[in-house]
Amino acid sequence: MSRTFTVDDLARILREGAGEDGGLDESTVDISFDELGLESLALLEATVLIGQQFGVDLDDSVLTDVSTPKALIQTVNDRLLAAKAG
Amino acid sequence: MNTTTVVTGIGVIAPNGMGADDYWASTLAGASGIGRITRFDPSGYPVRLAGEVPGFDPAEHLPRRLLPQTDHMTQLALVAADWAFADADVRPAELPDFSAGVVTASSGGGFEFGQRELENLWSRGSKAVSAYQSYAWFYAVNTGQISIRNGMRGFTGVVVSDQAGGLDALAQARRQIRRGSRLILAGGVDGAICPWGWVAQMTADRMSVSDAADRAYLPFDAEATGHVSGEGGALLVLEEAEVARERGARVYGEFAGYGATMDPKPGSGREPGLRKAIELALDDAAVSPTEVDVVFADAAAVSELDKVEAEAICDVFGAGQVAVTAPKTMTGRLNAGAASLDVAAALLSIRDGVIPPTINVECSPEYDLDLVTGTPRPARIRHAVVLGRGYGGFNAAVVVRAA
Repeated sequence: MSRTFTVDDLARILREGAGEDGGLDESTVDISFDELGLESLALLEATVLIGQQFGVDLDDSVLTDVSTPKALIQTVNDRLLAAKAG
Repeated sequence: MNTTTVVTGIGVIAPNGMGADDYWASTLAGASGIGRITRFDPSGYPVRLAGEVPGFDPAEHLPRRLLPQTDHMTQLALVAADWAFADADVRPAELPDFSAGVVTASSGGGFEFGQRELENLWSRGSKAVSAYQSYAWFYAVNTGQISIRNGMRGFTGVVVSDQAGGLDALAQARRQIRRGSRLILAGGVDGAICPWGWVAQMTADRMSVSDAADRAYLPFDAEATGHVSGEGGALLVLEEAEVARERGARVYGEFAGYGATMDPKPGSGREPGLRKAIELALDDAAVSPTEVDVVFADAAAVSELDKVEAEAICDVFGAGQVAVTAPKTMTGRLNAGAASLDVAAALLSIRDGVIPPTINVECSPEYDLDLVTGTPRPARIRHAVVLGRGYGGFNAAVVVRAA
């Protein structure tokens, strides 16, 4: 089974964990989390939920490496692919 | 330079009223907010009554973003702060940067949030703990959240002295106004009506185990059996008098005097510190006892503590010489929120020329107090004294003066 992590998944998880998604959709994936008003704890909460729901273990350092939704989504999908291949 | 600190805004959230108007109408009507606990099932606990804020839906008042990161009592505090600013007709974010600050009183922080996340930790592991636990449980959280939400980057602080805290926070605010702050929001909104918070409060052995809402909390009554605890409180906007006048603010009254003491070591035989706290506050306000028209009592409803308070009041003001009241008989004791709510009530008493009643109580003749019971008493009030005592020996007294 091939599963991918989408913008809609991230937006839903942000709403679930942080109460709002910062207006995230396809048109805003390149805008930084900062500009979307999503602070570090909102993202930390999101990475935990991603881990629980997608089986991807993201350590805290991911958040220092990615600054946009697009980069986070890419990272999650890379891990999903790697897990599948591995 | 002689700096006068005045109150220009009041935000109240209490078991018997949401907003200052609603609270005050209930309080004058003698309407109580004490009842059986609904926030958790209290049937397995010896203390089952509380003063809960009824019908509070945080989503009606706060942005969704704030809900996952805040404890119930922080949500109450954020809303009370909003109401205080609206009442004062100020938008702190529009003031010069670093000129507005926040000082709140706290007794323990966000217990309900903390309990939930500890349960997650035990039952589901560390990954299941909310990232917001990092601050949502913390006793300084209300100050931080109010400061962030309202763009107040000036002096901030938190005081932890149980039921004296609401007064200590206001005094801290006055100190900052004297040092040049433009505006300080201060007071306390508190509450820990969850099993963890509840058993922590019960350890002091001062809570009533009665199930009768109208018999459980009877300060100064021969049948006093301890207090009922509650949630809520009041936050006040404080400004320097001239600054308030220049912007045409409505002034409720002056924060005119403050005194704080610690009780001596238990068993020392030395006098408790409450009398001295009252005297310090009167001296600070340059007011004689005869100029005080009402005392809002701490009202422990534990007979030896009631005795200490009655004796302190009689020593300073003369037996039966000053009206005394305890509107907290309608809300329960709100921990760090209690005393600032009494200051709000004192200011509204000054405004309306009426002393709110103490309900359900028949004052024991042992105490020589002129306790205002049953119905409100019309009175011209020049100065009101508010008392607060915290578990562990904290005493505080405040004098508020008609503007």
